[in-house]
Amino acid sequence: MWGFYIEQLIHSLPFFLKGLWMTIAVSGLSLLAGTAIGFIWGILRASRSRFVKPLIGAWVDIVRGTPFLVQVFIIFFLLPEFGIQLEAFPAAVIALTNLAACFICEIVAAGIQAVPSGQKEAATSTGLNGLQQLRYVILPQSMRIILPPLVGQFVLLIKDSSVVSAIGVMDVTRVGWLTVQRVPQGLLVFGLVAVLYFVICYPLIRVSNSLEKRMSAGVTQNKM
Amino acid sequence: MLETFNFRVIFEYLPLFWSCFLATLWLSAAGLLGALLVGTLACGLRISRFKLLAWAAGVYIESIRSTPLLVQLFFFYFGLPSIGIRMSEATTGILALTLNSGAYMAEIVRAGIQSISHGQVEAAVSSGLNYLQRMRHIILPQAIGVTLPPLLGQAIVLVKDSALLSLISLPELTRAGQIMTSERFMPAEGFLTSALFYLLIYYILKGLTHWSQKRLIYMQT
Repeated sequence: MWGFYIEQLIHSLPFFLKGLWMTIAVSGLSLLAGTAIGFIWGILRASRSRFVKPLIGAWVDIVRGTPFLVQVFIIFFLLPEFGIQLEAFPAAVIALTNLAACFICEIVAAGIQAVPSGQKEAATSTGLNGLQQLRYVILPQSMRIILPPLVGQFVLLIKDSSVVSAIGVMDVTRVGWLTVQRVPQGLLVFGLVAVLYFVICYPLIRVSNSLEKRMSAGVTQNKM
Repeated sequence: MLETFNFRVIFEYLPLFWSCFLATLWLSAAGLLGALLVGTLACGLRISRFKLLAWAAGVYIESIRSTPLLVQLFFFYFGLPSIGIRMSEATTGILALTLNSGAYMAEIVRAGIQSISHGQVEAAVSSGLNYLQRMRHIILPQAIGVTLPPLLGQAIVLVKDSALLSLISLPELTRAGQIMTSERFMPAEGFLTSALFYLLIYYILKGLTHWSQKRLIYMQT
């Protein structure tokens, strides 16, 4: 009996790979855009601006305080009420980009704040302007702190992308859900889906761990 | 548009939202409790001397952390009946939440145990405390202080993760929004109300986290 189901699964493998491609497309696009926006928000959040800072903080809190599924539903169902009709794919990318930006913003802000203020003062007294300080003094040093959790966050976001299957994006989770209606062997079908996610996420987790080790080794060296 | 935002319907559905709010609370609480047990067990096995057990715990932790909760949930929801194990949606949901959070909890527990310096244990041994007394008076009081903030953080994650249980039609907060959407076609009212309830839980837990962090610093000085 199992042999028959395995054979059926092998036949629908192209379907799964298409789903995997969709997962990679949604999370890849969102991670790129989310990282860019997250860095901008993070830099603003670490700045002394009195207006933008609390605004970003409040938005980050709202996004971190609600489930991603609810955010996806709100974007998918609510934007049409403002006359913005969205397909499932762009709605998913917008939702995931926003989520990514909010989490990355916190990581970047924490990284910037961890750079000792003496560095900034020294940069100011050397005559560098704000942008130059950021580019040549602050960011290179904070990257050491930002990078390991950033890669870890990427893993969390790729996993979160499975949630967009709820609005009908044909990602690998959705493919599994459709296949299980036809091949009633949930362990096999979702075992395969899990393996496909594992193949992407596990190497990234290893990268994050080794980055953490290398970067922290660097920090202790600096202290000596 | 939003000027047609219908507060009357929200009031009409408020009892549903309230019962779903309570469901979200107890589902996440059950998940948290289960995760604490599973996490402690997994952590204990991971650092044990038996290679096979340590390896098994490692496989569990790594495979949970590398796959999405939604896939794990469907794995149990569609998979267990296919091998003859039938259980209610609520049990399946709590099982998935427990096993998922347990893998993250193992890390939190490990950090808590490792935060206690070896000198503390040695001092306790040399003052004649037995294992239980050491645990009760020396190790646990300190470990709990270190573990409480990340534990509350995990509680926040669990509450948000429990939203996925709506996809196996468990009546919780997100499901309430879906019900309102399908019965009245009012997604704005439905999901924004859900979001509001989630934010309520989030801000309470976040406040508790800050409080516990402050207390922790106070205890250390």
